[in-house]
Amino acid sequence: MANIFAYAPAPESRAVVNLAPSYGLFIDGEFTESAGGGLRKTVSPATEEVLAEYAQGTAEDVDRAVRAARKAFEKWSALPGAERAKYLFRIARLIQERSRELAVLETLDNGKPIRESRDSDLPLVAAHFFYYAGWADKLGHAGFGPDPKPLGVAGQVIPWNFPLLMLAWKIAPALACGNTVVLKPAETTPLSALFFADICRQAGLPKGVVNIVTGDGSTGAALVAHPDINKVAFTGSTGVGKAIARTVAGTQKKVTLELGGKAANIVFDDAPVDQAVEGIVNGIFFNQGHVCCAGSRLLVQESIQDELLDALKRRMATLRVGDPLDKNTDIGAINSAEQLARITELADAGEAEGAERWSPACELPGSGYWFAPTLFTGVTQAHRIAREEVFGPVLSVLTFRTPEEAVAKANNTPYGLSAGIWTEKGSRMLWMANKLRAGVIWSNTFNKFDPASPFGGYKESGHGREGGRHGLEAYLNV
Amino acid sequence: MSDRLSVLKTYKLYAGGKFPRSESGRVYEVSDSKGNWLANAPLASRKDARDAVVAARKAFGGWSGATAYNRGQILYRTAEMLEGRRDQFVAEVADAEGLSKAKAAAQVDAAIDRWVWYAGWSDKVAQIAGSSNPVAGPYFNLSAPEPTGVVAVLAPQESSFLGLVSVLAPVIVTGNTAVVVTSERAPLPALSLAEVLATSDLPGGVVNLLSGRTAELGAPLAAHQDVNALDLAGADAELAKELETAAADNLKRVLRPRAVDWTADPGTDRLLAFLETKTVWHPMGV
Repeated sequence: MANIFAYAPAPESRAVVNLAPSYGLFIDGEFTESAGGGLRKTVSPATEEVLAEYAQGTAEDVDRAVRAARKAFEKWSALPGAERAKYLFRIARLIQERSRELAVLETLDNGKPIRESRDSDLPLVAAHFFYYAGWADKLGHAGFGPDPKPLGVAGQVIPWNFPLLMLAWKIAPALACGNTVVLKPAETTPLSALFFADICRQAGLPKGVVNIVTGDGSTGAALVAHPDINKVAFTGSTGVGKAIARTVAGTQKKVTLELGGKAANIVFDDAPVDQAVEGIVNGIFFNQGHVCCAGSRLLVQESIQDELLDALKRRMATLRVGDPLDKNTDIGAINSAEQLARITELADAGEAEGAERWSPACELPGSGYWFAPTLFTGVTQAHRIAREEVFGPVLSVLTFRTPEEAVAKANNTPYGLSAGIWTEKGSRMLWMANKLRAGVIWSNTFNKFDPASPFGGYKESGHGREGGRHGLEAYLNV
Repeated sequence: MSDRLSVLKTYKLYAGGKFPRSESGRVYEVSDSKGNWLANAPLASRKDARDAVVAARKAFGGWSGATAYNRGQILYRTAEMLEGRRDQFVAEVADAEGLSKAKAAAQVDAAIDRWVWYAGWSDKVAQIAGSSNPVAGPYFNLSAPEPTGVVAVLAPQESSFLGLVSVLAPVIVTGNTAVVVTSERAPLPALSLAEVLATSDLPGGVVNLLSGRTAELGAPLAAHQDVNALDLAGADAELAKELETAAADNLKRVLRPRAVDWTADPGTDRLLAFLETKTVWHPMGV
């Protein structure tokens, strides 16, 4: 059995990425040093190799970037939409041209499999710019009045799980609507945003329209608190999201938040088992489970529990964990030591609280941060692994008997980002989709994204939507 | 004819479809603009606010699950009932806001017309706020608006009736349920509106009206973990900041206060403010 799946190494070349030893901040069209002079290192989570140094942005740097964005806003917002559109189309095309380089870079810095960065992240990044480029000169038709205005300067803070895709989700609609931005990439994955700065240079984007200030959480907090930004956009943890909501209370700053999730992936007894298994695997192991909308709670109808779990375990045994740059790798590295510790702690709690833990036999590399794909059965709703976001390759299995019970269990969470439904019966699927309190429902599929399709959560999964026509509202003064 | 002694009304709260007094047993004096006593309104407590949230949550499933046509009919029915009580509301608004009869009548007429306008939105809002999304793959992809849930509304302080209607109707027409803190100084038109709602086939708990101190009732509502959204129309800047901060604990949707001309065309802002967009994907294939 194991031999059938013994693959020879198929490494993607690193030569396509030319990394400098050190990177500054990108402010007003120039790379500059941080006022504080502080440097951080970013490592490859697969090997712990230091990839580059980058600047730790201070409050002073943030202020400089906001001033550059404010200055640029006057001319940028006054440009005809058709001109702004052409800049965004240029950016979309440059991303397509450089997509292999960016995919390899993303895999190096983030640890996700090249298969995903190459076939999922980068195509979506380019598509996002392409989609929003076309809105720039059609905003009067978007349903927000005849001549909606931009907000001004947007402060944007993005996470480490999809560094470049989250940048695209933030920057593309902001620029299309006529705003300028200061973006703070995640502490562990700053590099693709800095390469994006070079794409802005190649596109001839006016100085100050896009500013990239790297650093840790304190840099992000300084940006969010800056008095001269008009908009805060954040993707990340619900805890930080709440802190941001408190920071902007009493101000006029508009806020969008894309936060955590604890999605139920619900499998009925009439679901096509093989397809459902693929969907479950994709739902929880895609990007090592570092996905806010991951299908981390499998709700399986009791009558097919054994059959489904057998099939799922068989499939999990074929997952290849290892070198993210290998084209055959399914599961890459955990993004950081800190995140690995969080996943480990929660998985241990799952065992301690009495759930049954299972992982396929898999050899993990000696260096780097790794966690084997893990399944918990016998999970109850009171278990921490059923309630808290693990943000790792850990699936909790719960059972249900009736559709009503499935709905009650699925909705029994403060989150409400996504959900999955697997059934062959159309009317049941639509009934379920209607009852689930979540922003994105994937029926007989999972983890599908598209720039035309709005994404975002109910309840504590955040405010607002990104993507599609709906995603424009976040960046217009409406 | 006026030798006859009039029958005064005991004003009560409206919660879960019933008309309770405040559990605290408290009342407060409500006067007209000249300081003449009008009534003792219930001084609702934090417990009354929590009970109202329970009632609103209980009503949410049925109300959000009702057909849009049905909700529109019920709201329209409310306007019919209002029309029949027009004189009563004109008198109450005139007293509450110190207006001439003609000016009060203009406020009430605008409020009834606004209620009709919002009633008509029930089965149309999904057509302006939803979309079919052309994704790059063989999927059927549809976005549709859904109600956010239980909305706590601090009604405008100055516009006791038109302002109230302008914030309440957009919340409930889309399927949300509401806990409303009435204008602190002028709660009587709102408490009388409860009598209209109760006779308009509106299920109990969809609208709950509490009279009392805005700050006292706003605090537990803003901090309540089972409230999904907060309309701060009736809060001053200081209170608004405090309540928005408390609302962050469970990431309520917050509509900040701003200067509004309640007589102007409201547009769709408040209608869309308390909606969530749900997007459903399904593969296409044979």
